[in-house]
Amino acid sequence: MIKLDSKIPEGRIQDKWNIHKFNMKLVNPANKRKYEIIIVGSGLAGASAAASLGELGYNVKVITFHDSPRRAHSIAAQGGINAAKNYQNDGDSVYRLFYDTIKGGDFRAREANVYRLAEVSNNIIDQCVAQGVPFAREYGGLLDNRSFGGALVSRTFYAKGQTGQQLLLGAYSAMNRQISLGTVKLFTRREMLDVVLVDGVAKGVICRNLVTGEIEKYSAHAVILATGGYSNVFFLSTNAMNCNATAIWRAHKKGAAFANPCYTQIHPTCLPIHGEGQSKLTLMSESLRNDGRIWVSKIKGDMRDPNDIPEEERDYYLERKYPTYGNLSPRDISSRAAKEAVDDGRGAKGQEAVYLDFRDAINRLGENVIRERYGNLFEIYETITGENPYKTPMKIYPAPHYTMGGLWVDYNLMSTIPGLFVAGEANFSDHGANRLGASALMQGLADGYFVIPYTIGNYLAGDKPSYVKTDHEEFNKAAKEIEDMTNKLLSIKGKRTVDDIHKQLGRLMWNKVGMARNEQGLKEVINEIKELREEFWKNVNVVGDSNDVNQCLERAGRLADFLELGELMAIDALHRNESCGGHFREEYQTEEGEAKRDDENFAYVAAWEFKSVGEWELNKEPLVFENIQLATRSYK
Amino acid sequence: MNTNKLNLTLRIWRQKNSNTPGKFVDYKVSVSPDSSFLEMLDDLNNDLESKNQEPIAFESDCREGICGTCGLVIQGHPHGPIPRIATCQLHMRNFKDGETIYVEPFRAKAFPIIKDLIVDRSAFDKIQQAGGYISVNIGSVPDGNAIPIPKEVANEAMDAATCIGCGACVAACKNASAMLFVSAKVSQFALLPQGQPERYERVQKMVKVMDELGFGSCSNTYACEAECPKGISIKNIARMNRDYIVAKIAKEEVV
Ligand SMILES: Cc1cc2nc3c(=O)[nH]c(=O)nc-3n(C[C@H](O)[C@H](O)[C@H](O)COP(=O)(O)OP(=O)(O)OC[C@H]3O[C@@H](n4cnc5c(N)ncnc54)[C@H](O)[C@@H]3O)c2cc1C
Ligand code: SF4
Ligand code: FES
Repeated sequence: MIKLDSKIPEGRIQDKWNIHKFNMKLVNPANKRKYEIIIVGSGLAGASAAASLGELGYNVKVITFHDSPRRAHSIAAQGGINAAKNYQNDGDSVYRLFYDTIKGGDFRAREANVYRLAEVSNNIIDQCVAQGVPFAREYGGLLDNRSFGGALVSRTFYAKGQTGQQLLLGAYSAMNRQISLGTVKLFTRREMLDVVLVDGVAKGVICRNLVTGEIEKYSAHAVILATGGYSNVFFLSTNAMNCNATAIWRAHKKGAAFANPCYTQIHPTCLPIHGEGQSKLTLMSESLRNDGRIWVSKIKGDMRDPNDIPEEERDYYLERKYPTYGNLSPRDISSRAAKEAVDDGRGAKGQEAVYLDFRDAINRLGENVIRERYGNLFEIYETITGENPYKTPMKIYPAPHYTMGGLWVDYNLMSTIPGLFVAGEANFSDHGANRLGASALMQGLADGYFVIPYTIGNYLAGDKPSYVKTDHEEFNKAAKEIEDMTNKLLSIKGKRTVDDIHKQLGRLMWNKVGMARNEQGLKEVINEIKELREEFWKNVNVVGDSNDVNQCLERAGRLADFLELGELMAIDALHRNESCGGHFREEYQTEEGEAKRDDENFAYVAAWEFKSVGEWELNKEPLVFENIQLATRSYK
Repeated sequence: MNTNKLNLTLRIWRQKNSNTPGKFVDYKVSVSPDSSFLEMLDDLNNDLESKNQEPIAFESDCREGICGTCGLVIQGHPHGPIPRIATCQLHMRNFKDGETIYVEPFRAKAFPIIKDLIVDRSAFDKIQQAGGYISVNIGSVPDGNAIPIPKEVANEAMDAATCIGCGACVAACKNASAMLFVSAKVSQFALLPQGQPERYERVQKMVKVMDELGFGSCSNTYACEAECPKGISIKNIARMNRDYIVAKIAKEEVV
């Protein structure tokens, strides 16, 4: 059993963070440069943490497998970032953003963390503007906002359809400034393959140099993982090709509890699959739902061209079922509604797809306004599908997109391994069972700019961790284990390619641990994943050498971890006998087919402790709601 | 959905590492027109792996034209023959049955080849580290709406900021000049009020490092703009040149 101490500070929700900031220990400025901190990952969370910690005077090493920090997957975020500025005077406030996030997460997140997130959201916007992030503006020169799913206020800041890119370039530039000042050192094309613990405390990491194949050792006083999410366990997802779970999974196997692995978000507006050779799925920003209307035909098996289907034969099912939120209903609800329509035989032209239609918006606002708002998204759509969305409705379908689960962290963002911190999508902390649109960017930057810089100082000044050199036996042991694993992978020389096995895992996950889950399917899939894992270790073919660029080897190592993580996701989904947010168990639904939570028995974070491959122990952190009353989520 | 497959010959550059000479190798493929170019390479690699041959090393990540990781010279064009897209957005419906397609890495002195189609573009990061930022500390900034910025100015800065750092401009240029890339960042900050305090210092620092890293000079052929997947305008180069001259004069006056 692990002792899960969330370290939530005392006081009223509004005061907790301030009180905590006051109570935390500070590192003497002169001593800061004596501390080494490793950050794995250069996305929003990693780059912003590096910039802040460098600025404070710490010695920071940033490690990324990308060729440049600017390539991190955060770059691909399109829609926007939330903040409680209330610039639109539409009734927004820190409290409302807090409330929406708790409710959107279906009451499965920690109140104190979420409140802090809402509280620092406004500082993020100020910071980004000062860095030169070119947010969209109104004619008067002030910042513009749009609405996103799950909210009735306009609080989303954006930079065309490239918000993630601009925010990441902002954080990247702040980090570059620290690199030029010498506080941050950058190590690119390195994949972290293990954390090194000395007496149970994180002291460094082991990496593979992706150019030379060398196994390298790095030591520090504290380690931060900001390595992103694990949607690629599904093979097909909206995540970038190289996103993977290896960093957090290897940390998990060294003792970091993994929280709520089954909470995955299936995004409602992605492009449908075109065929077997498909490599990834493309997201169409949810912001399109501001003006696009989602529908299917009322008639089963309707093969007519969408423009030939008359108004009265169209079912605008979101507007029908959820009149208040309509096309802006939260992601989990919208995705399931699309699946329902397709399962009912009413998919667009018999395909696994529904329509997203701009006809009415174009008639109302004119094509130019729509082009200004979404021009680049429409272009992306046309490039990929060869169809013009100004003339024919888009076809969309849900796809795996974001993972709310991740390594368990306390209020200070420290995992159950002392000295190992986790930021951004890699932790589980703020989104409960479902994340609202435009809140991941907010969380990544909140963690990196405004939370970790304080809490890590508290750890360094309070715990006074020692520095262990890389010639310590624990480093050598960990490096040896990685070399052994590499040699093992290269020596199997079986018959199946890495991608072939990954695709099979992806299909299993999508069919049985995807948008809808049930007991029987989950029990089956646990065995199927175990079998597939055995098949992998007997029959995979990893070609090439270890002392060279070897992308096949990189993919194989990541898949080995997905084959273990997939099983834990299924186990978690099976144990959670309720439906909440992105976790929908068919057995637990209301008569209208809505998710049915069981607060009496499941209002807790499930933090899984690794025992051996295929064996875990469950630890529970109870969730207490003191400010927002537990209520059935309704968007009707 | 299209069911007629295209039969193509891919003539792909293979090179073990930077010290070994490379050569073109032919591969025959049959591919759906709905497939993307990189999906075709994935498929080919899967085939090679199942025959126990080393896959072709190439890089990509987002596959949505935004991360700047991908970058191949296809039929002589960086990012392929279709304008305004990155390699990952190129779809096979743009090719004809029976075609032979040349696939090469970006070639430039400042971008050494690592393996096959992978090149080292870390020189770009070094230029950004030299001055591609606004020196503001975290936490000590005014309210986001304290500085109104006219919509057109914000839009123009955004257009410059759209650069994905792919390096196609360098690969397209006969001098391997990085002017388009550098001027995009310089312009973004030169246009915005937040960028003014360091405006002239920034351009000097960035240009200096650019020159040191072995990028060539600009001779106004505009090949960069033509091949840029994001349509970064050469107007940015003119703006950077102006700022550079102003900076030099100012410096001489001070001296
Ligand atoms: C297509 C798309 C659109 C999105 N749009 C939005 C949006 O509009 N608004 C919003 O709020 N959110 C959006 N999201 C979600 C959001 O982009 C991500 O959750 C967020 O950017 C994650 O940031 P991060 O810093 O945690 O991780 P990432 O940006 O994924 O960065 C991970 C970093 O870790 C490194 N790394 C990982 N593993 C290792 C390892 N083993 N060794 C070395 N380095 C490693 C990587 O190189 C990378 O630098 C979107 C997501 C997708 C997929
Ligand atoms: S200017 Fe264009 S071609 Fe050059 S790096 Fe930027 S996006 Fe690529
Ligand atoms: S893979 Fe990201 S731009 Fe092509």
